[in-house]
Amino acid sequence: MPATLSTVAYVGATILFILSLGGLSNPETSRRGNLYGMIGMTIAVLATVLGPQVTKGGYGWIVAALAVGAVIGVFAARTVKMTQMPELVALMHSLVGLAAVLIGYANYIDPAATGHLRGAEKTIHELEIYIGVLIGAITFSGSLIAFGKLSAKISGKPMLLPGRHWINLLGLLVVIYCGYWFIHTTTIDEGMKPLAIMTLIALLFGIHMVMAIGGADMPVVVSMLNSYSGWAAAATGFMLSNDLLIVTGALVGSSGAILSYIMCRAMNRNFVSVIAGGFGTEGGKPAPAGGAQPAGEVTPISAGETAELLRNATNVIIVPGYGMAVAQAQHTVFEITKFLREKGVNVRFGIHPVAGRMPGHMNVLLAEAKVPYDIVLEMDEINADFPDTDVAMVIGANDIVNPAAQEDPSSPIAGMPVLEVWKAKTSVVMKRSMASGYAGVDNPLFYKDNNRMLFGDAKKMLDEVLTALKA
Amino acid sequence: MSQLIAVPRETAAGEKRVATVPEVVEKLIKLGFRVAVQSGAGDAANFSDDAYRAAGAEIVSDPWSSADILFKVRAPNMAEVGLMREGQVLISFIWPAQNAELMQSLAARKVTVLAIDSLPRTLSRAQKMDALTSMAGVSGYRAVIEAANAFGRFFAGQVTAAGKVPPAKVFVAGAGVAGLAAIGTAVGLGAIVRANDTRAEVADQVKSLGGEFVKVDYEEEGSGGGGYAKVMSEGFQKAQREMYAKQAREVDIIITTALIPGKPAPKLITAEMVKSMKPGSVIVDMAGEQGGNCELTEPGQAVVKHGVTIVGYTDLASRLAKQSSTLYGTNLFRLAEELCKKKDGVVEVNMEDEAIRGLTVIKDGKITWPPPPPKVAPAPAKAAAKPAAPPAPKGHGAASAPASAKSTAIVFLAGAIFFWVIGAYAPAAFIGHFTVFVLACFVGYMVIWNVTPALHTPLMSVTNAISSIIAIGALVQVAPPIGDGIARPAGWIIGLALLSIALVAINMFGGFAVTQRMLQMFRK
Repeated sequence: MPATLSTVAYVGATILFILSLGGLSNPETSRRGNLYGMIGMTIAVLATVLGPQVTKGGYGWIVAALAVGAVIGVFAARTVKMTQMPELVALMHSLVGLAAVLIGYANYIDPAATGHLRGAEKTIHELEIYIGVLIGAITFSGSLIAFGKLSAKISGKPMLLPGRHWINLLGLLVVIYCGYWFIHTTTIDEGMKPLAIMTLIALLFGIHMVMAIGGADMPVVVSMLNSYSGWAAAATGFMLSNDLLIVTGALVGSSGAILSYIMCRAMNRNFVSVIAGGFGTEGGKPAPAGGAQPAGEVTPISAGETAELLRNATNVIIVPGYGMAVAQAQHTVFEITKFLREKGVNVRFGIHPVAGRMPGHMNVLLAEAKVPYDIVLEMDEINADFPDTDVAMVIGANDIVNPAAQEDPSSPIAGMPVLEVWKAKTSVVMKRSMASGYAGVDNPLFYKDNNRMLFGDAKKMLDEVLTALKA
Repeated sequence: MSQLIAVPRETAAGEKRVATVPEVVEKLIKLGFRVAVQSGAGDAANFSDDAYRAAGAEIVSDPWSSADILFKVRAPNMAEVGLMREGQVLISFIWPAQNAELMQSLAARKVTVLAIDSLPRTLSRAQKMDALTSMAGVSGYRAVIEAANAFGRFFAGQVTAAGKVPPAKVFVAGAGVAGLAAIGTAVGLGAIVRANDTRAEVADQVKSLGGEFVKVDYEEEGSGGGGYAKVMSEGFQKAQREMYAKQAREVDIIITTALIPGKPAPKLITAEMVKSMKPGSVIVDMAGEQGGNCELTEPGQAVVKHGVTIVGYTDLASRLAKQSSTLYGTNLFRLAEELCKKKDGVVEVNMEDEAIRGLTVIKDGKITWPPPPPKVAPAPAKAAAKPAAPPAPKGHGAASAPASAKSTAIVFLAGAIFFWVIGAYAPAAFIGHFTVFVLACFVGYMVIWNVTPALHTPLMSVTNAISSIIAIGALVQVAPPIGDGIARPAGWIIGLALLSIALVAINMFGGFAVTQRMLQMFRK
């Protein structure tokens, strides 16, 4: 295949990737979008393998490596539970990061790729390798830690080292120094040393960065790592002078960056403060100092009474949170929804952008449980409907329904957009205990007159509610 | 020592209610109180002495002497006041504004009196104790039942083999708690319901219950604070009278609930209007106690005038004694909870508490009515809550507020320097790639904003799969066409490249497969 043909094939693949992302704008077209992505990837890989840059000798190796990866990948995709999606995505990001590192190293030690370069071209090429490896290493270790946190292999609490900002700054300076050193080396053996030091620091930095971020900020981290894996691909593209890699990497990178931005906005927080880690630790005072303590009393309710409330309601809005995912309660939620809808109750779902541990996490879980997507609404779409709602049922969520965000300007979460469940005639909050949410803020919702607390494991309680409904 | 709550039998003529019910007795005992009920107190509301006894109450013949706290419905008469002793706490309806003499004699007995009718109704915390609301709700329901009883036809329209039955048309004047309850009940029975109120904000509430809000053709806001209406201007009243006259000609049933605090009820329905109504129509005048909204109302009686039945009962809540007693009892229980925060069966009248302060009209023999104005007026409170509201959410891709000129200038300047550096020093090949890169970032930016939030997880997994494109980097390293004379550590490179390919392939196949699996699940 001549070079021009493979370049044209790359253009086709690029277009297909853009269409693929565009297709996700709506569930109807999303499946086609995914198909475009697959076709684009197939074209890109075939054009490369059959193109001028790969000789026949490599075909056997390439097919074997692809086959091994494909078997593992498809197996993982088939068996993963939907509640484990965030972990899987984080783990996959780490693979891309690791690949970027390996490719960078391989490229550096390959005199066929670098030997002919001189002067500014050589410097830029080495810089590209350096940056590619740097981003790849951060993505790799950061994603592994995110995977650990999401699968609860590592504690979800932020780990805050003393002077962590200084540690990061020091790391950055060393990385810059190594970079300077690296581009001034003349032989490959000499250059390996700064490259290895930098890789080590980048790996540690990735670990340190994600360790400092708490569980509920994970949507931001996962999308940020998604963005990094894209930038890593783009940097590799610069290194290899390959436009397809650059374009695709930039698409993925900007997509992740926008998602991170959307997530941050949904929490009314600054991207830098999320990445800097911790919550409310900067100000030094976790509780609202001058803010009003919630007054009133908590009214508990039983599963039977909840069922009674639901049965007598005309409009019900269910607000799921991470607790639903943890308890694996989405199927029971669907059973209840189905039962109520058959009885003519208008049941809908209100999804906060940062509910769960990954952007869109709740939507995927509900979709898995076969909840039709047209009754699953975004926060902005449904917030105005709460006053006409008889029962708002909150399942394992806390901060995203905290009225303090609107009512108490001194609250740490003031200004964060929240679902206004307290405007419903009755709200029922399903929770294991009175513990405060991730932000460490007490929730005045629990003390409102029209709020009821259903204490217990979400799955168990919902099962009881369902039994009571059917009785 | 836990205190004794005593519930005397109501002595007012025709009063069937009782201040507590067996269900509530149990809860009061859980709060630590002892409860004594006068023998026969619940008979008229179908609660037997045995039921009270089963709930843990003591049945006594004289509730007044030993009691620490007295629960009553109606204000005590002079004879009952005479039975009270120093230090006792009385909780009941009092209406201190209308009953100055009663207040004086109660104060003389050196007792503490909590008038349930003086509850500050605007406190949301107080709603659970609001007996006026619960009684008004019962009355509104009963008013419709009384109307249905006196009305000779169905409420719901029907088409039967015996001919077509038109639905009854009901007009409710005043959409307060009682009015809304009446609207709900009448709609439930199948009638066409219209309603009017001088307070424009209740229009939505009327509609939410299935009623139709009839506007008066005149601009004036009639909200007088505290959830009541105020007296309206002459021009408004004229327009209102015309509207009422028109409704009177059209409808079958009129239910009036218009009350203005401290004033006689407004005369909304004139004798002329009654005459214009169809024979067999019904008027239920719920303002009978304050003189009635209809000129021809005889308080406490049901009369027929000009062929129209005018029901002026003043004891509508009492006519549904079991229901109203249960609600009233629960209101008093909520109040007892507020008075006894420690749950030790001893009441503490905390005058710092805004709700309790409002309720307490006599404290240890001193008249404390009227209370000082509430700390926060209801209207400003609403306004004060506003500023903390979040900024209006921006739509996807909608332009954000323009940045300040200074920061825009800085961004552009930094961008210009960056581009200049690249343009001046970078080799030509790099410039080409750089162009592609920048444009691709913008394309990504534009495309991603269109993605619906529900699909953010599939978006991430598909972009993740697409980032497997990095495989190309490894593919070109495996077996590139090599010129002669270049020594290359081929073993290492192929090893690294193949490992990369395998890793990325996991991602590539796994990513697309899992995205496909997720998207299959999104269905209508």
